[in-house]
Amino acid sequence: MTVTNPHALALVQGHAMPTQNRDGGVAAPVIHTAVPQGHGVVETRDFKIRARDVNVFYGDKQALFDVALDIPAKSVTAFIGPSGCGKSTFLRCINRMNDTIPSARVQGAIEIDGADVNAKSVDPVVLRSRVGMVFQKPNPFPKTIFENVAYGPKIHGIASRKDELEAIVESSLKKAGLWNEVADRLHQPGTGLSGGQQQRLVIARAIAVSPEVILMDEPCSALDPIATAKIEELIDELRSQFCIVIVTHSMAQAARVSQKTAFFHLGKLVESGPTEEMFTNPRDSRTQDYITGRFG
Amino acid sequence: MTDAAINAGAGPREQGPRPALSAAEARLKKRYRSEMWFKAQGVAAIVVAMIFLVVLVGRIVAQGYTTFETHSISVPVYLNPDRIDRSALDGVNYDYIVAEAVMKKLNIQDDDLGTTSGKVMDLVSRDLGFQLLDKIKADPSVIGKTIEVTGPVKADADLYYKGEIKRSTAEEDRKLDNQQLAWLDQLEKSGTVKGGFNVNFFTRSDSTEPEQAGVLGAVVGSALMLIITALIAVPVGVMAAVYLEEFAPKNRWTDVIEVNINNLAAVPSIVYGLLGLALFINWLHVPRSSPLVGGLVLALMALPTVIIATRSALKAVPPSIREAALGVGASKAQTVFHHVLPLAMPGVMTGAILSLAHALGETAPLLMIGMVSFVPGVPEGFTGASTVLPVQVFIWENASERAFHERTAAAILVLLVFMIVMNAAAVILRRRFERRW
Repeated sequence: MTVTNPHALALVQGHAMPTQNRDGGVAAPVIHTAVPQGHGVVETRDFKIRARDVNVFYGDKQALFDVALDIPAKSVTAFIGPSGCGKSTFLRCINRMNDTIPSARVQGAIEIDGADVNAKSVDPVVLRSRVGMVFQKPNPFPKTIFENVAYGPKIHGIASRKDELEAIVESSLKKAGLWNEVADRLHQPGTGLSGGQQQRLVIARAIAVSPEVILMDEPCSALDPIATAKIEELIDELRSQFCIVIVTHSMAQAARVSQKTAFFHLGKLVESGPTEEMFTNPRDSRTQDYITGRFG
Repeated sequence: MTDAAINAGAGPREQGPRPALSAAEARLKKRYRSEMWFKAQGVAAIVVAMIFLVVLVGRIVAQGYTTFETHSISVPVYLNPDRIDRSALDGVNYDYIVAEAVMKKLNIQDDDLGTTSGKVMDLVSRDLGFQLLDKIKADPSVIGKTIEVTGPVKADADLYYKGEIKRSTAEEDRKLDNQQLAWLDQLEKSGTVKGGFNVNFFTRSDSTEPEQAGVLGAVVGSALMLIITALIAVPVGVMAAVYLEEFAPKNRWTDVIEVNINNLAAVPSIVYGLLGLALFINWLHVPRSSPLVGGLVLALMALPTVIIATRSALKAVPPSIREAALGVGASKAQTVFHHVLPLAMPGVMTGAILSLAHALGETAPLLMIGMVSFVPGVPEGFTGASTVLPVQVFIWENASERAFHERTAAAILVLLVFMIVMNAAAVILRRRFERRW
């Protein structure tokens, strides 16, 4: 399959450039050889998350209708759609954050590596250590930068000795591209950082527990364009190690960072597929309307 | 003038919109006028409140400040061995021995009926006699020697020195006759009586003699009682609030509990006194009039307030923090105790201390559990008989001696200072905890 829309091609290729030119402060080994040059890679990869017949109710109101979606490992999957379409709801099903909402009810199967996350035997606390989450508004704990990152490893018993913790904090902050900016003030409050730095701190916090999946709920909606660009770079880099699912309002962002895109509308998954294909050749007219800005 | 301004502003415009503009401006003016009016009302309300406060505190201070000055008398007392029966030291009339010493200072003799010595005894506190007894008991060899004792003058004499009993009052209308006033003048002139700070008021407990009465017992009683209240109300209240707010399912039962807690906060405090009487004294046989039972009753009373304050502090913690903690895989309890509760702590502290300060000033429930009794001493631990500051105020207010009047006001001042200290502690704790984050 070939990319027919030159604009989309520019978007897709454009994101790869800064990745390669990034300064060496970030230690994570970016496997550039593995960067897909086309969407075809997506299909050849294993699926990390499989969702079937997912229905979600908030009280009497049904928020999601029979969603079925496969999310590939080690790549970025974007959920797009107008406000209230259920994309965040679906995202929160993956790490069972909807459990915290008393009126929420989730039906259907969501499997990570073949194991249903809603099974009785699955402890949501353990699940959330495997499936990290980054929220719309940067929400660092009102503690020091070090404590923010060290908290997860501490409670999960990944590290208890101080030097182990320090090593995890350093590598997580490096992976999140924040180390150079905060190395000399690890013991100052995380809330004193700028919005973009806070969001990267939150990503470092999520990485610190070595999750398999990172869920991002509109991670850039509270950030300025420069901070957004940094986060997008970071997402692109992290995808070599994690399965990333991102909810975004910005179609340009979805085009820039994701390999697979799913379009939600009125609680239904309208269409999903390789990103270039979605943006250049949508199958459904509603997708067409949305990405061309006719509604939403 | 305003027309001119409008016209000037609308000059470059077309003729058309001018009426609309002036109507808008009139509306705007009206809005500003009503805003001014509301502001003025607000300022007036504050002024009225401040006047009330100033009058209240000013009156108490004006009435009470004289307590902090008192007059004491120092006399050399000859411990006449003929008057002191070594076999019955407690039975000796030490007051008379003191009166003798004072009469010697005044160069007067007692008459046969003892009228003069009786009048002199009315001027000097019995405290000096008690001091003699203590000294003899400590060292019997002082009998036969002359020793110097210093003690307060009688409350009425003190009032005369402070100008509250006036010579201009008709002799039969005052407690001291002209003769006694002359003696007091003479004693002051000779330097035997000196004014000074009323230390006794802070180092003594309640007494039937105003000049010997102090607030120490009441202050200690209040402190012990508050410790009990704090130890029960704060942990129980905070944990109850944490459970209700963070863990409890939201159903009809928790709704019922919530409504009842809110109602309990509004129950008249005397009802808690009755409950305490029935529950703690009649059923559990907690010693009555003790800081323990007082603290238990006040803990019952403070509990709803602590719960409500803690719940609102927990509610004020942004949900993003909870999500953040849950998102990295913290359990519900870890989320609450590592993140939510520490963030709510300043609010919890403030609520707890303010409800304790409220409990500190509470009198009515304590009347029901026997705390309104004369306790001439510092309470012996949590189960000893005790009085507390507001009850002390209540008792002194009912006393007939005039000198207790000023002591009532002074005790209120001590209570106010106690409360200001607690409220300041609330503010400081709040700042300290907020800085930590």
